[in-house]
Amino acid sequence: MSFGPHLFLALLEGTVTAFVLALTALGLSLVFGVMRVVNVAHGEFFMLGAVLAWAVSSLIPASPALGFLLALIASPLAVGAVALLADRLVLRRLNYAPEATIVATIGLLYILQQLVLTFYGPYARPVTAPISFRVQFPWFGYSGYKLVVIAAAAALLAATWYLLMRTRIGLVMRATQYDRETAQAFGIPVERVYSGIFALGAMLAATAGVLIVPIQQAHYLMGLDPLLLSFITVIIGGLGSLRGTLVAAFVIGISDGVISVFFSPTLAKIIATLFVALVLVFRPSGLFGSARA
Amino acid sequence: MTLRLAGIDCFYGNVQVLRGISLEVAPGEVLCLLGRNGAGKTTLLKTMIGLIKPRAGCITLDGRELTRLPAYGFARLGIAYVPQGRRLFAELTVEENLTIGLMARGSGDEARERALALFPALRSRLTQISGTLSGGEQEMLAIARALCLEPKLLLLDEPTEGLMPSMIQAILAAVRELKSQGVAIVLVEQRVESALSVADRIAFLETGMLRAIVRPEAVHADPALVQHYVGVGPGRR
Repeated sequence: MSFGPHLFLALLEGTVTAFVLALTALGLSLVFGVMRVVNVAHGEFFMLGAVLAWAVSSLIPASPALGFLLALIASPLAVGAVALLADRLVLRRLNYAPEATIVATIGLLYILQQLVLTFYGPYARPVTAPISFRVQFPWFGYSGYKLVVIAAAAALLAATWYLLMRTRIGLVMRATQYDRETAQAFGIPVERVYSGIFALGAMLAATAGVLIVPIQQAHYLMGLDPLLLSFITVIIGGLGSLRGTLVAAFVIGISDGVISVFFSPTLAKIIATLFVALVLVFRPSGLFGSARA
Repeated sequence: MTLRLAGIDCFYGNVQVLRGISLEVAPGEVLCLLGRNGAGKTTLLKTMIGLIKPRAGCITLDGRELTRLPAYGFARLGIAYVPQGRRLFAELTVEENLTIGLMARGSGDEARERALALFPALRSRLTQISGTLSGGEQEMLAIARALCLEPKLLLLDEPTEGLMPSMIQAILAAVRELKSQGVAIVLVEQRVESALSVADRIAFLETGMLRAIVRPEAVHADPALVQHYVGVGPGRR
């Protein structure tokens, strides 16, 4: 394949990575932005989404499409419920103290990982894509499902942006993010907002997990890479910045796609991590973050 | 709506900052809290809005016990707070700040219009990010946001701090207007003359204790009171 089509393929792969990463990282960024909680267990919500997608879709083996659609709804809801439970039982009791919640979410990471290992096993299991078609370009054919993933992730990102910027719930979330104490003085039940944000962040990660599982297979350790890439993304974009998270996801996702196709995935990770180091040295609050973040 | 505090003790960690505070504020009354820095004025206001929970004593509103009510419940009962330093949601627009004020009690457009009628300068700034307003406009917005709650009790923490004289007069005029509408007001104010010009009663706080509650005439008659509890003469503007 000549350079042009090769680059086009790399950009397509990078775009899929970018959209899925944007969805995952947005959840992490929201949780930190509003709650000031660094959720180390965020990748496990991604993994849980994928594993539950396998469990739900295997309930209807005769109809993969129906099973997947059901998983796309049920899995994020179930993961959101797990996040709500974790918030009520652990984070709230720690009064959302930044240091304590880091340790607590590390614990949550291991609990979720080991529960999945115990009940699901160490296997990598495939989930059949709900649709199976190829888009034929002049130089190569490309998975139609991957284009569906791009469209679905874009739609979800737009919906999340609409929720945050155009609805009363979003306004309450943003007010809580800017000043927790004053928000309470204006009748905003901050702890309930925190619960909602933590569940929303987990559901975004879980949805990304469901969308990716027909491409990657479900495995109990699959949460590590999304966690690392999400942290890289939100640090580069600026913790808590919606716009920064999206821009950084595209920079990281597309560069990851291009470098992986032309060189190696390892080099892509090395360069992304180097970029984080440079951002931390020269612009510690991220490309779009404010100084307080 | 009468707010009563009885025997309030508050602590930051092991440090006691309020000691046995008892007072009440009646509708249409302006109670001004005076005292030196660190006397406990802001802590007392935060206790009245539920942001700080007392370790002893009780707070009642028309006989209803509020002491253990979560902080967000106070606003829903019609107690509004204008914090020191304004504490606007600086990255939200003026309109969005007002909307937050309207939410707690489900107040409608009428409350918003009444607030804007008091501070008409804000009308042309509705789409502006509030952090970019001038200091005076920010104070107006902080008060207007609180008024969107349609408060029965308004807590103002140093609303004239850092403002130019014309703006101070506008803020004091707004306080008088609200008082005439029957709103109970607790005002923390460093400018003694400003406080005396609007207050019905003056409460002097010293090291977390309520030392005296007097009428403004008593302060005019005995300037040493202010000198003793605030450290400046009543002529300070």
